Amino acid sequence: MLGYILRRCLAVIPVMLLVAVFVFLLLRLTPGDPAAIIAGDMATPAQLERIREAMGLNQPLHIQFVTWVGRLLQGDLGVSLISNTPVSAMIADRVGPTFSIAILTIIISVVLAVPMGVLAAWKHRSGADYAVMTFSVLGFSVPVFVVGYLFILVFSLQLGWFPVQGYTPLAQGLGAFLSNAILPALTLSTIYVALIARMTRANMLEVLGEDYIRTARAKGAPERTVLFRHALRNAAVPILTVIGTGFALLIGGVVVTETVFNIPGIGRLTVDAILARDYPVIQAMILLTSFLYVLVNLLIDLSYSLFDPRIRY
Amino acid sequence: MFNRLTATLLASTMLTGAAWADTTVKAVMHSGLRVLDPIITTAHITRNHAYMIYDVLIAQDSDFQPQPQMADWTISDDQLTYTFTLRDGLTFHDEAPVTAADAVASLKRWAQKDAGGQVIMDRTASLEATDDKTITWTLTEPFVPMLDVLSKQSAIPPFIMPARIAETSADEAITEYVGSGPFRFVEDEFQPGLMVVYEKFDEYVPREEPVDWMAGGKVVNIDRVEWVNMPDVQTAVNALSGGEIDYIEAMQVDLIPLLEGDPNIVVEKREPTGMQTMVRMNFLHPPFDNQQVRQAALKAIQQEPVLAAMVGNPEYYQVCGAILGCGTPLEDTTGADTLTQGSGAEAARAQLEEAGYDGTPVVLMAPTDMVALATQPVVVSQMLREAGFEVELQPMDWQTLVTRRASQAAPAEGGWNVFITNWMVPEISNPISNPMLNGRGDDAWFGWPTDETIESLKEGFIDAPGAEGQVEVAQKIQAHALDNGLLIPLGQYTLPQARRTTITDMIDSPVPVFWGMQKTQ
Repeated sequence: MLGYILRRCLAVIPVMLLVAVFVFLLLRLTPGDPAAIIAGDMATPAQLERIREAMGLNQPLHIQFVTWVGRLLQGDLGVSLISNTPVSAMIADRVGPTFSIAILTIIISVVLAVPMGVLAAWKHRSGADYAVMTFSVLGFSVPVFVVGYLFILVFSLQLGWFPVQGYTPLAQGLGAFLSNAILPALTLSTIYVALIARMTRANMLEVLGEDYIRTARAKGAPERTVLFRHALRNAAVPILTVIGTGFALLIGGVVVTETVFNIPGIGRLTVDAILARDYPVIQAMILLTSFLYVLVNLLIDLSYSLFDPRIRY
Repeated sequence: MFNRLTATLLASTMLTGAAWADTTVKAVMHSGLRVLDPIITTAHITRNHAYMIYDVLIAQDSDFQPQPQMADWTISDDQLTYTFTLRDGLTFHDEAPVTAADAVASLKRWAQKDAGGQVIMDRTASLEATDDKTITWTLTEPFVPMLDVLSKQSAIPPFIMPARIAETSADEAITEYVGSGPFRFVEDEFQPGLMVVYEKFDEYVPREEPVDWMAGGKVVNIDRVEWVNMPDVQTAVNALSGGEIDYIEAMQVDLIPLLEGDPNIVVEKREPTGMQTMVRMNFLHPPFDNQQVRQAALKAIQQEPVLAAMVGNPEYYQVCGAILGCGTPLEDTTGADTLTQGSGAEAARAQLEEAGYDGTPVVLMAPTDMVALATQPVVVSQMLREAGFEVELQPMDWQTLVTRRASQAAPAEGGWNVFITNWMVPEISNPISNPMLNGRGDDAWFGWPTDETIESLKEGFIDAPGAEGQVEVAQKIQAHALDNGLLIPLGQYTLPQARRTTITDMIDSPVPVFWGMQKTQ
């Protein structure tokens, strides 16, 4: 197991190096000029040129790349070209909101979706099954921003239960945190509940048809034990994969929800950086996201053995 | 259980609210603040930020007249020496007194970046601090618009900062943010692009005159201002309805119905002059290297449909053929009849034929991610087509446009023929600082017209005796600029602002300011 983890960790290095080269070149080949963002519309070409020179953007590409990688190896992500703020500080400020909303979303999704999927499989072709599938189709079909605005209209503006927007860190109290985080998490959950419920249902249906389920029932095992100990545990591996990749997708894809609820997360940071061609921030964010994907996949692989003892590394 | 949770949530929300409810104003501005140096950039949000924490020597009132702010002035009889005297009680936020040396260093850095400042420096014999309170600016020849340029509120006003900061290269951003304005920048709470916090500067001594636009006493009645950036205006509107913010600086006209009928919210026009939107053609490449073709384009375009598509509600736009803006002292509409009244399409077709237009496609760059610039290219391209132009409308993001407009290559090789831009009216209301009226070829603004006549007219404007003389020259500039197609104005518009009724006594001004304002419970 330890050897496997080490091998996987070492494999991260070439992956990250490839990502770094790719991102660096892609950004430099994309039209855009951070100097123009800084200088504004009235700047003359000569003024822009002087700002580019001062920012080091006129240096040859390979020099810029070597400088960036050199700093990166020392743990220095650089400084934002636009705001002159250290990129590490910017990311540190933004990671908390995105991660906490993503974790809350996954908790809500799993708590709701797994029982829904089990119920739908258990009561196959019943009203409950059709209800779960209908919700699932809706969850996939309705855009996240529509759900967000609907929740704001009902729960914030009409009922007044939650604030319209903003983020309060968990450190300021669970109540304050939840009051801001619950609507965005519920909004994001709709699609993940739909996804996980469908996946759970499909795998449970497959497992419930297996011989060992019939054997368990024949031995007189209670239905709850059959469902959750024998069936769900055997159906868990693909469900875990979906949950894991869902979490990674959440980290990289919450920008719409962050915008609708005005959450200062890394999704908005990335989009703002792309619009302003703030190269150091974009590079750092893509590296971070890639690293998270690799990490989450590793954790998913390791967790398989917890649910399926036949899997060994 | 649920009731208990709700009660906990409400209590925590109320507690959070109570901490700022008394004197904190939460505002959503038109964009997030990222660049903090008001001299290195012309971004409006940075200028607005600068007005919070810095002060200016002189400022314009609602008649566009320069008035004393940090300093009074005298002018020598030969019009060559301007002497500014700093008023008493001026203090920087680090408690150091404001001195004439600080002002001189700030003016010198500003003059390196600002077009008007550069013109003044071309005529400057010396600019020096003659004592702690006196700045003496000596010119080599009279420069009548001197005070107009120094008092302008956009794009780069000459903000005064400590000399040690103002000595930073004008091509590098400053890294220390100390001003002497009515608010203090709270650096610890600054989150680029997300939130900016200002606190009332208790040591600030306002002038005694009543506030009038950017001039007069900057009396602060609130303790703290928070600018919260919300990229989605719909979210800002919801937050205003929910009482979570107090003020929205600019919102789309089509969102007004969401706020109408709410007795706690006022939607209004506060910016008196607004923005002007306009077409810019590339003088370097066919077909717009031909003056007749540019004139045909001018005749083909009518403002009303553009503004209707862009803004929708006529209450918020104004057909205006004046290149120096309507509602300004130099307003003139010579040569703009077809723009404002239409009926130029047939004449455009005839002129295009006479010009020998060979069907060369016109590359019109259309930014799709800028709400304020997304509609005009579509309407303008259709009008040009109807006049006989072959138009290739190329959608792109704003950053691509910004990069591409700097290219002097032929349109087929990555260059361009036309794009549309917007300026604040005060930025273009003076021919000296209006970038569209620069006729210095490669040194001109994108489009690079070489136009000796406009340069000569601007010289005449500088030397014109008094306001009447300036108006006379401005009329000639208007006629020539349209005749030569330096720009095609598409009209003026103002975006509505919204505030909760708890916010009162806001000042009408071209720059949103937070002095004068009161907040009640």
